[in-house]
Parts: sequence; structure tokens; C-alpha cells
Amino acid sequence: MYPAPFRYHRAASIEAAIRQLSELGEGARALAGGQSLLVWLKMRFGEVSDLVDIGRIPGLDAITQDAAGVRIGALATHARIARSPLAKLLPIVGDCANGIADNQVRSRGTIGGSLASGDPSCDWPVLLTTLDANLHTQGPGGARDLPVDGFVEDLYVTKLKPGELITGISFAMPVKGSAGAYVGFKRCAPAYPTISVGVQLSLKGEQCEDVRIALGSAGLTTIHARAAEAELKGKTLTPATLARAADAAVAASDPVDDQRGPIAFKQSIIKVLVRRGIETAKRRCHGETVEVSHEYY
Amino acid sequence: MSTTETIDLVPIEVTVNGQLYRREVEPRLLLVQFLREELRLTGTHIGCDTTYCGACTVQLNGAPIKSCTVLAVQADGGEILSVEGLAKDGELHALQKAFSEHHGLQCGYCTPGMMMSAHALLAANPDPSAKDIRKAIQGNLCRCTGYQNIFKAIEAAAAELRGDG
Repeated sequence: MYPAPFRYHRAASIEAAIRQLSELGEGARALAGGQSLLVWLKMRFGEVSDLVDIGRIPGLDAITQDAAGVRIGALATHARIARSPLAKLLPIVGDCANGIADNQVRSRGTIGGSLASGDPSCDWPVLLTTLDANLHTQGPGGARDLPVDGFVEDLYVTKLKPGELITGISFAMPVKGSAGAYVGFKRCAPAYPTISVGVQLSLKGEQCEDVRIALGSAGLTTIHARAAEAELKGKTLTPATLARAADAAVAASDPVDDQRGPIAFKQSIIKVLVRRGIETAKRRCHGETVEVSHEYY
Repeated sequence: MSTTETIDLVPIEVTVNGQLYRREVEPRLLLVQFLREELRLTGTHIGCDTTYCGACTVQLNGAPIKSCTVLAVQADGGEILSVEGLAKDGELHALQKAFSEHHGLQCGYCTPGMMMSAHALLAANPDPSAKDIRKAIQGNLCRCTGYQNIFKAIEAAAAELRGDG
């Protein structure tokens, strides 16, 4: 399948890309790894007049961390993040990066592209909402920092303005004693998740001190499940507490009936994954090494 | 954009299996079509054409990719290894021999992609575990074999390449 014809431009810098995108107008789109955009163009879900290839802009794929926080450049591929020391330091990041699609897609797909696509099935928006990350952009109006939580406003609709590019993301290093898990369920490796869940929590003794929970593929945007968090905060993590949190997550979700399954099926998967995410995060808080990622049917 | 409007061709230089090719291509030309139609290297297959099946897997600068989801212009300056680059001087690569000997194929449609994923695995990890092998070909679908003989073939090729086959 061929996409409809378009012109191709290669940007040498962020500034050049912003200028090109602004001059070319609303028919132009930025191309990073292309793992969402090229499929979309091939399926003729849409057309572009011009693609501005930002994939070769130097320095945009760096992954840095210090005591205060983590910064990941927009062009860091899923594979690069999966192999990074960060994925070992924060297993929740490794869970996510290693579980996205397959080796081939992880070689090309980028964290910035995953966010810019506005696709509720993409994993990074869910993981980054769980970690309360910020997103950094540059555009004709200058640079902006905005939370990942709420960045996608509706299906495929983001807060990016014309000519504005995501340059990277950052988040504070989780407090000592805090741990997380990212779990997903899908038909096969190359498929988008049927449901995915991110959980980051900290314990005080046996009590949940703080927690964030986000759901992917469970509505038209990433869902920050605040009601589920409220069921856990200050409570001991018993099976009954987890079940209430799972029910609250289902109530916060709005999955659609599609080829990945009917609504009731997806709701039951949300329940299982929320419980599994909390249990895994709790075990990791206790210092256990637990391997989780996306599972296939 | 109106289809009657002319689109400038883009000059690219791509090294495929050690040979440098210079071509002018339409921006929308996919890498898999560049390989198959421009270079007539038809060993790389088009299966689903939607980034699922992995039949079009080749390596770009050493990393396995799905060439149906990469533009030829994105591969400009890059090095491609396709299934045609596995055999050397008329001698089959260890992976090709092992797929044949262990019945790692039936219809053969997925085989070039399978071998390019397996080749990337063995380059990075000469002694993979059974789980490593399963993970390495998770993006390559086979509708004939049930995968067992593919796992056996990759294990055998790994042993052969390590010199303990």
C-alpha cells in the first residue's frame, strides 16, 4: 500500500523543523520514527502535503538521569530506552519499553512520536501519566512545559499547536521506597494492548502512602484513575482494598467494543491488571525482583 | 495534495548487502518496495503491509526493522542487510542451513523475515536462551509451522555459529 503523495523535507535542527512546519502550513506533519504515522498514511486514514523528517536531528535522543530526575529526548527509541540503565534503575520503565510491540517496531518508534500520535493505545502516555511526567515542547511561540496528564485532549487530539514539536519528557526520580509496575494484555506482540495499566506506589509500613494509577486503551484518552488511587491511599493493601481499587478503575474507564474485545471483557481485564500492577509494585517496594510486561492471549 | 501536482524525487544512497546504490525516489516509496521493485531483491516479502507480520523484516544499520513501515528516503545513508546478503560465495548461512535441516519452514513466506530477526539476535547474543529466541521473533508471524521447528533451527544455527554445533 502506498500513502497518498507528499513532499519530503529533512530538518537539520529543531529550529529548522519548526520554521519548515510553520511555512508549509496545516498540511505538513513531523515524521520521527514513523511507526504510527506511516501506517496511518498507508491506510489512508489521512493525507499530508508534506512530511518534515525530524528523525536525524542530533542530540534529541539522549536519556539522562540524576538524583533529582530523569529526562528523555523525544527521539529516544523504545529499544534505546529498554536497553538504558534507566530501565534497570526503574523497572516500571523497562516493563513499558520492552513490552511495546516487537523488536522491529522498538528499533524505530520514538517516545515523542508515541505522545504526539494522541493514540490512547500507545504505552508511553500511560507510563508517563503514572510517573507524573512533564512534556517539553518548542514551537513558533517559544518553549512550553506541560503535564503529560491531560496532554491528549481527545482521540488523536493533543495540545500541540501548529508547528510545535515535542523535544523531550522529564519526571522527578520516584522517592526512595516507592516502586511501580506497568502491565499490559494484548493479542500478540505486534498488536496494540487490549488494556494496559501503570501503577506507582509508596508504602509506609504496610500502608499505602501515595499511589498513581493510569489506564491505557481503556477510553478515548489515557485515563488517570484518581478514584482508584483514593481507595488505596492510607489503607493497608489487602485483597479487599485491591478489589475496591479495581472496581473504581473500571468505573473510571470507558472502553469501546472493538476487534480487541467487547466492553465487559475489557472491564474484567482492567480489574485483573490493576490488581496485578498494585501487587507487583508492592513486591518491588519490598525489594523483590519481579519481571512483568505485556502478556499475550 | 492533488495527485496531478509533480512531486520532486529525492536522491538517496543506500548500501544493500555491501553494495552501494544511488537512486532518485518518490518520497512515499516504502523501503520494501525500493528493495523489491527498484533493486529487484524480491527475497524480502510483503505480508500484511501493516507492521504486524514481520515478513518484510530487514536490518537497517544492524537493527531489525519492518521495511513496509520505513520510507526509502529514511534509509538514505544507511546500510541494509536483507536475506539475499546471508549466503556468502554460494555457501548458505548457518541460519539458512538450519531452517532447511530442521524444517523451520513450510510455505516459506515468513522465512526471510524470521531469519533476519534471528540474525540480529545471534549478532547481539550468540548463546540465546529459549526465551530469548521466542522474544526475538515475537514480531514475526508464521501460520504454518507452529514455531517449534523455527525455535529448533535458530538454536541449531546458534550452536553452529558458536562452533559447538
